[in-house]
Amino acid sequence: MSPGAASAGGGAISGKAWAGIALLGVVLAILPFALGMAGQGWVRTVNFALLYVMLALGLNIVVGFAGLLDLGYIAFYAVGAYVWALLASPHFDLHLPFWVVLPAGVLLAAVAGALLGAPTLKLRGDYLAIVTLGFGEIVRIFMNNLNAPINITNGPQGINRIDSFAIGQFAFGRSQQLFGLRITGPEKYYYLLLLLTLLIVIVCARLQNSRIGRAWVAVREDEIAAKAMGINTRNIKLLAFSMGASFGGVAGALFASMQGFVSPESFSLTESIMVLCMVVLGGMGNIPGVIVGAMLLSVFPEILRAVVVPLQQSVFGEIVLDPEGIRMLLFGFALVLIMIFRPAGLWPSAVRRRELSAGRGGAP
Amino acid sequence: MNHAAVNPNARSMPELLLVAKKLSKRFGGLQALSEVSFSICKGDIYGLIGPNGAGKTTLFNVLTSLYRPESGSCNFMGHQLTRLKPHEIARVGIARTFQNIRLFSSLSAIENVMIGRHIRTHAGVFGAVARNKATRDEEAAIERHAHELLDYVGIAERANDVAGALSYGDQRRLEIARALATEPALLALDEPAAGMNASETLVLRSLIEKIRGDGITVLLIEHDMKLVMGLCNRVLVLEYGKVLAEGKPADVQRNPKVIEAYLGAGAVQPQAGGMP
Repeated sequence: MSPGAASAGGGAISGKAWAGIALLGVVLAILPFALGMAGQGWVRTVNFALLYVMLALGLNIVVGFAGLLDLGYIAFYAVGAYVWALLASPHFDLHLPFWVVLPAGVLLAAVAGALLGAPTLKLRGDYLAIVTLGFGEIVRIFMNNLNAPINITNGPQGINRIDSFAIGQFAFGRSQQLFGLRITGPEKYYYLLLLLTLLIVIVCARLQNSRIGRAWVAVREDEIAAKAMGINTRNIKLLAFSMGASFGGVAGALFASMQGFVSPESFSLTESIMVLCMVVLGGMGNIPGVIVGAMLLSVFPEILRAVVVPLQQSVFGEIVLDPEGIRMLLFGFALVLIMIFRPAGLWPSAVRRRELSAGRGGAP
Repeated sequence: MNHAAVNPNARSMPELLLVAKKLSKRFGGLQALSEVSFSICKGDIYGLIGPNGAGKTTLFNVLTSLYRPESGSCNFMGHQLTRLKPHEIARVGIARTFQNIRLFSSLSAIENVMIGRHIRTHAGVFGAVARNKATRDEEAAIERHAHELLDYVGIAERANDVAGALSYGDQRRLEIARALATEPALLALDEPAAGMNASETLVLRSLIEKIRGDGITVLLIEHDMKLVMGLCNRVLVLEYGKVLAEGKPADVQRNPKVIEAYLGAGAVQPQAGGMP
């Protein structure tokens, strides 16, 4: 765990920081068991939160670092999920191991990222947003309609009975006794997702403080000046799209393996916008901020669901407001409040803070 | 300072650095450049002057491939500049600054210069992620080099300040430091003294002389005649996209066509700034 924090912070780490990291490590390690007592549903919620953290970190590379507004990001999540679903399910009767399927999903998502990037290189801002939005929808519609003339994706019914993640005989899908402890499927997935999330955090942090990360920022700040500095803006943008997409691919593959079922409706525009909200609310370009944003926005609705219904029943004796309706109301309200009081996000990067305080707005 | 001593040296060994032949560029009905030819020798401080709208910045943008000329050629150390893409220009050894400063304004000064090191360094995604010894060493070298360059242009103490918050003169100097980070053979400065006061201009002048002294050829667009005539050893005068005169500053100053362009028909005495 520590290398990520170390490279993100840069330089020496004080004893106090080590204590904090150790404490965080202990909390993360025992979290699923603590939550498991309240019900396995909560472990699943946290697992989904981790998936969203991966997605948000991937989108953060495109939107936060390179400044390219992408409204179709969920398409790469879909690509990762469908690759896993097609290569490890009874649908084609393929049951390939994870070390084949996962890299395949990541690679294909990265290629899809470059494919989206290539025709949009000259577009910026609103125009790029429109094209990426279209791309996201195209991918979803493809998944929806590729059941004829040859049945590839099984159309709107989706693909069922997908293999769960398994390393040899160690399956993540079912409960088992381990070292005298009973570990459930969601708990196993939690550790797998935590490991991959930490890996992605480290990769993001190291990229950010590197020659590549600086080139992304240069493109975001001023493309003409970046070109004058000799930065090949075409390649550097495609790299941002591909890197971001590959993280989406990882998250998608794990989503498919964890759910055991994928269908096109999981990859709607709303999902893309949700992930974008996580990045923007958390703090564009700042890794800890994006993680906080993703955690909050993905866990919040579940907490609401758990609180709103019993609360109303105890107060009114019946359910007056549907939790789903309240969710969107509160969500919108939270968005407005954050945009008023913390326009750069909950935990903004130093650069974003400067931009907004200088009243310059976004450079692109 | 005493470029009179440098001039003969530069001219006695006229190694051509850049040769432009009949460059033409048209924007719709406006002929921004028509058949502009000139050549820059190694070690020159080459001045580019002319009234507003004469095509100076257009010529700059053609040389740095931001614009593609309709006709003409431009040879720089064996490279055909008109065939290169904008980002390839820096690699062959031309760095530029912009008339309306284009810094990465929300980044710190040092980060701006570090971005300038991009093409002279190599770490890719795998290097960055693995952060192996080679990458760590390279990062340290980039940072060291950037600090040296900030010191070179005289804003070392501003390293961690946000570029956009620097004073105007410091922003100009930071832009020069960022351009120098690409290790150019030719440094093209677009109105570096614009908006500077007299003392800042004096500092800039000695900086440009220092840069030339370190073996970098300088191409300079400038409105400050005193600066151009005192600093440059060759001057090209543009008007309406055409070459009006080319030569030593003293000769150009006496050229009746130049006097007419600057002071209007009927003016007799050259008024432009101090003699070199």
